[in-house]
Amino acid sequence: MQTAIDVQTVSKRFRLYKEKYTSLKERVLHAGRVPFEDFWALKDVEFEVQTGETVGILGRNGSGKSTLLKCVAGILQPTSGQIVVRGHVAAMLELGAGFQPELSGRDNVFLNASLLGLPRREIERRFDDIVAFAELEEFIDNQVRFYSSGMYVRLGFAVAVNVEPDVLLIDEVLAVGDERFQQKCMERVHQFQREGRTIVVVSHSADVMRQICDRVVVIEDGKVVTVAPPGEAIRAFRDCLLAGEVPVALPPEEQDAAGTTEVIGQPERRVVITDAAARHSGPPGRSFLVPGDSLRLEIRFQVNEPLMNVAFGCEVFAANGGLIFNCDSAMAEIHQIHDLEPGLFRVEFDFDQLPLLDGAYTVNARIQDAGGGVVHARLEPAATFEIVNPGQATGAVALPLRIELSAVSAVAG
Amino acid sequence: MAEGDGGGGREWPLLANVQEMTVTPTAPVGPGSPGDDRLLPSRVVSAKVRLRPRLVEIWQSRELIVFLIRKELKVRYKNSVLGFLWSFLNPALILGVYYVVFKYFLPNHLLYFAIYLFAGLLPWNLFNNSLLSSAGVLVAHAGIVKKVSFPREILALAQVGTAICYFFFQTCIMVVFLAGFQVLPDWKYLPIALLALICDIVLSAALAVFLSAVNVYLRDVQHLIEVALVALFFSPPIVYPFSTVGQKLSHHGILWVYFLNPLVAIVLSFQRFIYGHVAPHDSPNPLPSYSEEWYVIVLGIVLAVSLVLFLLAMLIFGRVEGNFAEEL
Repeated sequence: MQTAIDVQTVSKRFRLYKEKYTSLKERVLHAGRVPFEDFWALKDVEFEVQTGETVGILGRNGSGKSTLLKCVAGILQPTSGQIVVRGHVAAMLELGAGFQPELSGRDNVFLNASLLGLPRREIERRFDDIVAFAELEEFIDNQVRFYSSGMYVRLGFAVAVNVEPDVLLIDEVLAVGDERFQQKCMERVHQFQREGRTIVVVSHSADVMRQICDRVVVIEDGKVVTVAPPGEAIRAFRDCLLAGEVPVALPPEEQDAAGTTEVIGQPERRVVITDAAARHSGPPGRSFLVPGDSLRLEIRFQVNEPLMNVAFGCEVFAANGGLIFNCDSAMAEIHQIHDLEPGLFRVEFDFDQLPLLDGAYTVNARIQDAGGGVVHARLEPAATFEIVNPGQATGAVALPLRIELSAVSAVAG
Repeated sequence: MAEGDGGGGREWPLLANVQEMTVTPTAPVGPGSPGDDRLLPSRVVSAKVRLRPRLVEIWQSRELIVFLIRKELKVRYKNSVLGFLWSFLNPALILGVYYVVFKYFLPNHLLYFAIYLFAGLLPWNLFNNSLLSSAGVLVAHAGIVKKVSFPREILALAQVGTAICYFFFQTCIMVVFLAGFQVLPDWKYLPIALLALICDIVLSAALAVFLSAVNVYLRDVQHLIEVALVALFFSPPIVYPFSTVGQKLSHHGILWVYFLNPLVAIVLSFQRFIYGHVAPHDSPNPLPSYSEEWYVIVLGIVLAVSLVLFLLAMLIFGRVEGNFAEEL
């Protein structure tokens, strides 16, 4: 087993200028006293990746994981230390980076593949594969500027995976295109793994890590926290999230969300939502939910004139915009319809348990007419929350599952 | 199923539409895949600048340069009615303008002045186009520079390559012109003109690489260079005969100062080759009467200096390259 990537005490310093002087006049005026702060994006990072291994780099936004990947790719140079990479590297930092809108898809495939280091003869040989993978046979001679964003990204991915590098670097680009294309991308990644290629994936999604990685490097504030198998590393990552000052995705127990959510609806309307708060059943101070936690959404609203046939509804959306759940109180399951007099009210939406896996979710709330159609007031989003799965299952829903084995027929003897 | 064990549990009905599962074996590791124990070339990413690997990498990326040049040529006149024809039309029209100006508005009494002018413009345009377009090239391609790893000098070198292409388009126009005037170039000086062309390319490449890097940090360069090139245009004898400057300077015995500008020797070589045959011998000759050896020696010095400048530019570029992705 060879070492494919050897990261040796790599540090990277960024100069954060309070103001950027790039013109001669400013340079002269501020010569020698340009205000800046040193910011160490990476500090003595050290790890090795073996040939054929898939290693994930997991960290929060701003933890330095992308900087590390850019250093491995050779786009940034480390301030100190060095990285030895064995074999041909292709980095997928942005799909379709360098596509020329004026050129045809065909020309762009050649240009882009060449940028990624593929010789021309190889490009010609694989051209049909690339086009077929991107599913752009009809449009390959059109100018890229007429492509939809989906087509653009598909072509970018198709080129990048067909470069067939020894080392593939992926930065959060697996979540592109529609579901079917994503699946295709995942399949290609698995094929790369079977072929014994080395892959480094950067993500803040524990899900991706669990799905494809052999080992995971957890990075926090530019330092390596741990290098471990996915399950263990993800736990360490969670601890980091807990210990650090995580941007609070969910207002904790006693705190109201009134200040942060936007109140929709004008005061002269018949119903005005004045206030919203979300609470979870976990320990106070925890900023995320685990699967099976309960969630309570509280909406306060003001009714300005008598209102008949009122129902309350809510929707839960996944981060990619997919609808997870939609229900209102007029539906048969609940069947609560109210007639309201002017005054202040509070309505609570109680999710006894959320069988959801990793991800960020948003909840919208609405006050509507029971017959449907008229929505009196709507709060979007009423709350956002993140679910962090301590287990190893992946996917969208924490389906309760038991697995049992029994012999159907025993071999004679 | 736990309920089924005792026989007392309920029966689970079959789902009619559940497809039968097929088991596909995973593909074996194919030959030639990197799973083999072949020795792969390794690359070191660090803050140190090593000149030789850089040059090797650029040589390996020569196909990329070709693709980038092709892109430049395609994109420049894209969406114009005449399209690629502009590549030829542009120099022809500019030459027409110069010809009219120096024939009727600012007349001088040189024979075949259009040919003299064009002979000087050829190397000048190569130099001028290279520098003009490469100064801003890294900023213009910030998207690639920030997201893809490749030797970034290539972007500047591709601009020089594009300028070389235009040089050849202009040469075609020149040939048409010479045929029109029924003038033959002085073939004896063809090798010298070719040597001058190489000098011109290396010098342009050196400055292009250097300026493109500096411009990332000091965006003024892009604008400064436009003015500087206008001024520089008048430094070699393109629109005026060599003799006007030559006589005055040699009067003070400091003609060598003029040759400190490498463009002078380059332009003179081109003029010697193209205009040499038709240069008048009796009336004041716009060309100096240097021997072939003189040209070879001077161009040799220019080439040596240009090569040193080029390596220096590469070193400087390598030194600052590491921060491009941050600065853009």
